[in-house]
Amino acid sequence: MEAVKPEQVSAARAIDIESMQRGPKLNMANETTCLEVKDFNLYYGTKQALHGIDMKIAKNRVTAFIGPSGCGKSTLLRCFNRMNDLIDTVRIEGDMRLDGNDINAQSVNVADLRRQVGMVFQKPNPFPKSIYENVAYGLRIQGVNDRATLDKVVESSLKGAALWDEVKDRLNESAMGMSGGQQQRLVIARAIAIEPEVLLLDEPASALDPLSTLKIEELIYELKDKYTIVIVTHNMQQAARVSDYTAFMYMGELIEFGATDELFTNPSKKQTEDYITGRYG
Amino acid sequence: MSNKSFSSWYKSGSPWVWLNAGAVSISLVMVVGLLLLIAIRGLGHFWPADIMSINYNDPNKESITLVAEAVETEIVSSVRLKKVGVFMPKGETTGERHLLKVGNRDYFGLDFLWINGLWMGETTYPKDLVAIERREWGNFYGYLTQVKQQGEVVASGDEAWDELQKRLERSNMLVAEIKGIEKNEIGKINHGLEALRLQSRQLEIDGKPEGSLQYSEIEQERKQWNVLYQGLQKQLADLYAALNRDQIMVAISDGREVEISLAKVVDIYRPNGMSVIEKLGFYFEAVWKFISGEPREANTEGGIFPAIFGTVMMVMIMAVLVTPFGVIAAVYLKEYATQGPMIRLIRIAVNNLAGVPSIVYGVFGLGFFVYFLGGNIDEIFFQAKLPAPTFGAPGMLWASLTLAILTVPVVIVATEEGLSRIPRAIREGSLALGATKAETLWRTVLPMAAPAMMTGLILAVARAAGEVAPLMMVGVVKLAPALAVDNIAPYLHLDRQFMHLGFHIYDVGFQSPNVEAARPLVYATAFLLVMIIIILNMTAISIRNRLRETSKASEN
Repeated sequence: MEAVKPEQVSAARAIDIESMQRGPKLNMANETTCLEVKDFNLYYGTKQALHGIDMKIAKNRVTAFIGPSGCGKSTLLRCFNRMNDLIDTVRIEGDMRLDGNDINAQSVNVADLRRQVGMVFQKPNPFPKSIYENVAYGLRIQGVNDRATLDKVVESSLKGAALWDEVKDRLNESAMGMSGGQQQRLVIARAIAIEPEVLLLDEPASALDPLSTLKIEELIYELKDKYTIVIVTHNMQQAARVSDYTAFMYMGELIEFGATDELFTNPSKKQTEDYITGRYG
Repeated sequence: MSNKSFSSWYKSGSPWVWLNAGAVSISLVMVVGLLLLIAIRGLGHFWPADIMSINYNDPNKESITLVAEAVETEIVSSVRLKKVGVFMPKGETTGERHLLKVGNRDYFGLDFLWINGLWMGETTYPKDLVAIERREWGNFYGYLTQVKQQGEVVASGDEAWDELQKRLERSNMLVAEIKGIEKNEIGKINHGLEALRLQSRQLEIDGKPEGSLQYSEIEQERKQWNVLYQGLQKQLADLYAALNRDQIMVAISDGREVEISLAKVVDIYRPNGMSVIEKLGFYFEAVWKFISGEPREANTEGGIFPAIFGTVMMVMIMAVLVTPFGVIAAVYLKEYATQGPMIRLIRIAVNNLAGVPSIVYGVFGLGFFVYFLGGNIDEIFFQAKLPAPTFGAPGMLWASLTLAILTVPVVIVATEEGLSRIPRAIREGSLALGATKAETLWRTVLPMAAPAMMTGLILAVARAAGEVAPLMMVGVVKLAPALAVDNIAPYLHLDRQFMHLGFHIYDVGFQSPNVEAARPLVYATAFLLVMIIIILNMTAISIRNRLRETSKASEN
């Protein structure tokens, strides 16, 4: 974990103050709940990775998870679309609901859940197919093969991911020839092509250069009108810049959760303050 | 000082580079040397060698004239020569022996002869010496004297050669026509009659009373076939009569004059009178005949097309069988099975299967495929033909299946390797888009693992094409001019036995009565087998490279 220098933090605060001036003060009580987590525990074998997590994630807002490496923020994120099912040793306890429905219920079709809760990973992972086929992948899985529909969705998704102008002339070229930042936006386009309700971003900019990072952040800002976004990040300025709410996690516990402005300017917990001022991590 | 520089040289790592480079060069030299040896020995055989006329003065016998092609020369120690009654002049420790191909087996008994260099007299290369390639009894060497038609002389002396050319062309065309009729039309009639026999046998098995309508219908058809057959028989008799019209008279080295029917002649040429360009033309024609022709004379002459065809077809059927089987097994082992001691055991077993001697697979193929599977298929589907077996005898299908079993471990291992190299991120990416595990496999993982599967297939093909031992038990024979594909329905006859280049090498090299004649063919066939394996592999490799282009992602 890189140490965060004090001047960076003050820069982050400066942005915060700007964003505070932009709109009304956010309050969780006024929000519609999208995802709800209640007393949630997760174990890898015998080792407990998440301890009694309680939180609500607001609809059409950006929620950021911050915290040092290994604090469980990615693990929690992967619970929202049950990606942890892939790991045999994982065991969970507690309640996790999407729009009031239990995510982990027996009757839930995991594939359907993942269509509702899209995910973008840390490292860009486009398929070794053309740009077009990458975006159309999710639809083809659902059995949509009508060319006109696909064309429309591919265009709108790429526009949604602010990539259309860069790639419209080479849709049939391999996605592997794109730059890292373009690949990451392509992966976002791929995720929004199936119109999920929630978009999970697992450190989406950590493998990218500053310029690409900026583009991704702008994109997140635009996408929140349509999607509920949950983002895991190591970069505190990023959390401050893009998110409405921030959760600080430490050692598998949710230490503090609140409106981003509040959390960064006036943290209520000592641990949070230590972390955002760079005293550990 | 020098000690120190040695140790620094040692530490620099250069010895390892030299060692590795040395190992690579040795392998390279061995491969190139092997190819060169078999290529030179094999391909030299088709060159039209000059024919010598030698005065040979064996002091114990009458002096004679020999007409022959030189095959090879050997230096032998005089001690050894003394044992066979040849005394070298004083001071000479070695002497030369020459192997000559004198041909004319039907007159001389042997067509190869060792002679002693010491007793060789004058050697000349008369331009009018002819070499005759015959359909039986091997080559013939002599001087053309006359061309006859129905026993009457039509040309003699210098005109005979020109007259001969037209007549040879005519007789070769007639031979081709006769062969066509015998193979295609009579083959069809035989097949039709056999089908009728099977029908009536089936009726008997079904318990139809004798004299019922079906029998008379069959009898009717049989008569039609017989009428056709008699017509063809007459046509053939005419053709044979026409073919036997011409003869030539040839003087051989001992002074006799011999009559040869043109029907028995494939080609006549005068190598001593040929220019280099003519010889080159003759050479390529001879190579082409070897590749495209059918074998004659217990495989020691003619071509090896049936063996090439059998080898390639068997390998292709094997590839078609082994790929899906191996890939499905690997996908189950890698993707679906719970990894535990049981799967580990299976994996060890699969790996060990690759080390089982191939002859054991042959025994298994014979016992399980041929006798058990084939026998049961015959009893269920080909009852009318029994006791003559259809699939209950060694054949192309069983040979391909046996080789498929032999090579399946290779495909499984390579595919598993490929599957484990697909990045986790790609699988997760697909799953996160709402794809099920099967959809992820089918749409993303398997296409990305395709190059690895092709690698497995390449190894399998290389192994299968070179395998001989198990094939001898499950379908390969010495001579099978009927190919597995022909123009008689159902066109594909996988129950047929076939020829194989590897077995052909063994057969020609070790089972042939005419060792000297067979040796160059062994090399030529070996060279061809290697070429075919290389071509098959190159094709597979180019397909794999194209697949790789499309899935570059798995590489980075």
